[in-house]
Amino acid sequence: MRKHLLSIDDLTRDDIERILGRAQSFAEISGRTIKKVPTLRGRTVINLFYEASTRTSSSFELAAKRLSADLVNVKSAGSAVDKGESLKDTVQTLSAYDPTAIVIRSPHVGAARLVARWTAASVINAGDGKHEHPTQALLDLYTLRRRAGALEGLRIWIVGDVLHSRVARSNILAFTRMGCDVTVCGPPTLIPRGVEELGCHVAYSLDGIEKADVIYALRMQNERMTGAFVPSLREYAARFQIDGRRLGAGQLLMHPGPVNRGVELAAEVIDSPQSLIVAQVESGVVVRMAVLYELLAGGGDPGDEMSSLPPALVRPESVA
Amino acid sequence: MSSAQLDRAPAPAADLLVRGARLFDPRTGLDGEADLLVRGGEIAEIGDGLERPDGCEVVEAAGLCALPAFVDPHVHLRTPGREDEEDIESGTRAAAAGGFGAILAMPNTDPVVDSASIVRSLRQRAREQARVPVGFMAAITVGQKGEGLTEMADLADAGAPGFTDDGLPVVSAGVLRQALRYQRLSGGVIALHEEDPALSAGGVMHEGPVSALLGMSGIPSISESTMIARDAAIARYEGGRIHVQHLSARESVAAVEQAKAEGVQITAEASPHHLCLTDEEVRRTLDTGYKMNPPLRSEDDRQALIDGLRSGIVDCVATDHAPHSREEKEQPFETAPMGVTGLETAFAALHTELVLAGVLPLRLVVERMTAGGEPFGIPAPRLERGAAANLCLVDLSAAWQVGDAGYESRSANCAFDGRTLTGRVRMTVAGGAVAYRERSFAIQGVA
Ligand SMILES: [Zn+2]
Repeated sequence: MRKHLLSIDDLTRDDIERILGRAQSFAEISGRTIKKVPTLRGRTVINLFYEASTRTSSSFELAAKRLSADLVNVKSAGSAVDKGESLKDTVQTLSAYDPTAIVIRSPHVGAARLVARWTAASVINAGDGKHEHPTQALLDLYTLRRRAGALEGLRIWIVGDVLHSRVARSNILAFTRMGCDVTVCGPPTLIPRGVEELGCHVAYSLDGIEKADVIYALRMQNERMTGAFVPSLREYAARFQIDGRRLGAGQLLMHPGPVNRGVELAAEVIDSPQSLIVAQVESGVVVRMAVLYELLAGGGDPGDEMSSLPPALVRPESVA
Repeated sequence: MSSAQLDRAPAPAADLLVRGARLFDPRTGLDGEADLLVRGGEIAEIGDGLERPDGCEVVEAAGLCALPAFVDPHVHLRTPGREDEEDIESGTRAAAAGGFGAILAMPNTDPVVDSASIVRSLRQRAREQARVPVGFMAAITVGQKGEGLTEMADLADAGAPGFTDDGLPVVSAGVLRQALRYQRLSGGVIALHEEDPALSAGGVMHEGPVSALLGMSGIPSISESTMIARDAAIARYEGGRIHVQHLSARESVAAVEQAKAEGVQITAEASPHHLCLTDEEVRRTLDTGYKMNPPLRSEDDRQALIDGLRSGIVDCVATDHAPHSREEKEQPFETAPMGVTGLETAFAALHTELVLAGVLPLRLVVERMTAGGEPFGIPAPRLERGAAANLCLVDLSAAWQVGDAGYESRSANCAFDGRTLTGRVRMTVAGGAVAYRERSFAIQGVA
């Protein structure tokens, strides 16, 4: 396994399979009354969040605690203080705690990769700007495979604001890597130019979505209206909202949350039996346990992790 | 070289006997091993077995190639205002180390070079500090605000070789038109940073599959090419002379080609980084050393630039040497400033990536690297008897790791940092004086 999880692009199909398999075994632990295992006892995990995200940060927190790691939460919600020097200063300061892992959420593309240069710890990208959110993609794969059985050959439509979505980017990469057939769909102004070179199809209307096995709706952010990306929320909803009429029998529905009810999804589909939205949240913890385990404890069984300690601490590489 | 426009610090006129180098000059057709004698800063003799006059230094140059010195029409010296990043001394030292015999400095400084008094004071400083002759371009509009014209005639009289608002486009077609009309009075080519701010709004890299993958806002190639087409049309209408800076896209090469075919007085430059690198570097590293404006574009764009250089649609190479402090560049890609240095690596990068790769002949690369002054009325240096000594001695087979031994520039934000390039400048004679000598390149046989 690798030292960092910065991008789905860095993972092979085998890497993904191993993480999903590991998540499966942690799911069994989570079924017990005492949900803790001693795997990461004595190691420190730092949650460094420069954007508010209760969902992701609490999921990482719970995952670290169930693995018995010591956890430090550093939040700087709502501010953009991770500008250059201060991000580096913060990381170098936190590195004095000798963390085994730093989980970072940042409004800037590539922040996780920068942090990886400045620390000897393993770095997990918990969302960097509009770039990627790899653990979300992994938990989506995990959730979907549990429900659909196999991933290979599934036809998946990702609908909505692809342009501004790190979830979309990670999921296009993850789904295609696992052999799914991916279509991205939305208003042309919200589909990035050149996206088809990532290996997906592009559609500008929901025509044809009935052939999909899975509909993955993205969050439509209100602030995109003012950026003149779509003329109005009403027109967007009329053309791209998934409602009871759109969601065919047998199709599965996913969404990274939180949902704008009545915008990208109609209320009646959110709680339908075809919806995996709650299951996605539940999967978050075990998948993040699996990621922490794979990066920090190395390959073997959860019992013999002491034989494969993380790579020796090295002097942080300087940036040219 | 027009000494009226370019200034350098006083330095003793070179007296050198360059012995046994391969003399190579695409303009004179010179290519062969011979001796070259520089007396009093001029090329006095070229021939076999030349005698060493008394008091003349002998440079044993067997295995080296003597080229006419390069000319860079696009350098940011960051003076006045950001001398922590570069100043006249360090910038011209970097130029000399890269084999350049003359450079033109951009006026987007703080304050902007928009008055004759600033030009005169910069020229005075250059006469104290510059290692190679340097000219100071003046702004087209006051404060580079894109509104009122500068006193272009006075600026030209003060020695500005041309005008540019580089760093910014001239957004108003009306203002550009007035500048081109006024050119009849002021002279001086108008050099243009071509970018439509509405099209590149918020962009930090080339718009294409890589920006789609990385989730970063893109700068489309049409941001550049539509402005070139607009400005070429205005220049044609007014009969003005324009020079297009740092071409980056296939569409831009096509726009220049079309303008030339229509008889527009237009020249164009391309940078070594756009000729050698693509946005894949950004994808691979997310390193801010690859963040610049215009951005590194696709392989297809790069090939179009190479074709343009080959055919002459792209007239010359310009480095767009843009120093930034380490603190500024050590940021997430989206927030870091745009710009990379390049004086010290320009020849080696093109030699490695284009000449040794069999893409372009050495003759053509040298021709385009020495042509940068021509749009501004500064003739290219030549290796011929009677010419001022402007030449560099290059070891074409020396491989070196960029940045390993530091930089002469005050900044280190070089797009080729860490790469191994082949071709190393050992010595530069600029404006008749020795401007640079590599430390290990020992002085031999001084009488
Ligand atoms: Zn520019």
